[in-house]
Amino acid sequence: MADPMRIRAQVAGDKATVRVLMSHEMETGQRKDVAGKTIPAWFIQEVTAALNGKTVMTAQWGPSVAKNPFLQFTIKGAKAGDKIAISWLDNRGDKRTDEAAIT
Amino acid sequence: MQTRREMLTRSATVVGLLAAAGLLPQTAQAAWSQAAFEAKSVADAVKALGGAAPVESRDVTITGPDIAENGAVVPVGCATALPGVKRLLLLVEKNPSALAAVFDITDAVEANVNTRVKMGQSSNVVAVAMMSDGKVLFAQKEIKVTLGGCGG
Repeated sequence: MADPMRIRAQVAGDKATVRVLMSHEMETGQRKDVAGKTIPAWFIQEVTAALNGKTVMTAQWGPSVAKNPFLQFTIKGAKAGDKIAISWLDNRGDKRTDEAAIT
Repeated sequence: MQTRREMLTRSATVVGLLAAAGLLPQTAQAAWSQAAFEAKSVADAVKALGGAAPVESRDVTITGPDIAENGAVVPVGCATALPGVKRLLLLVEKNPSALAAVFDITDAVEANVNTRVKMGQSSNVVAVAMMSDGKVLFAQKEIKVTLGGCGG
């Protein structure tokens, strides 16, 4: 199981800026190890963001998203106390969901 | 008091409506778009996602550094103030597969996302906005990389 994500969501006016830092190798499948063997690709493929249980954004990622991915986006009409949940699914089928309250 | 059955019927209706309006993100139906992520060029990737030929537009903005010291972590963002954005795409032209990320935007979020990508070499980074009326707009920016991010 991967490490928890760090989610910070802050209200500014009627919008909330959400910043997420995920912990993931994001291996491209292009690199070779010392023995010259290709390291298999291992990366997050799908990301979902939900506000109070309702999906507000989904994303598909390729291997060229950086290691320990960072994601920032803005939700309209969110207020303090709302729950933001972020989930990801990687190409090995691992998944993780973390939730945070908007402040 | 709502029974479970009523609840289920209601949510089924909502899902039906959403699907009819084309609001459900594609990830909900089809999994990861492999063809798009294997595409070598910007045009091929957009085509694999069902978009028309992209047109350069000033209404789409791409943010990023002019020079990235470390190609493994290049902060980039794409945004547009235009209404009716369905998808935002981030692509790195000279990476082995151009497409880096696809964001399915709903009305509840702004068409403004930031993330970090890897870049193998200096290249144009392209932000593409796919609109609900079928238009495909893009903006590009050259980012110079002093240290490649794909390793050797």
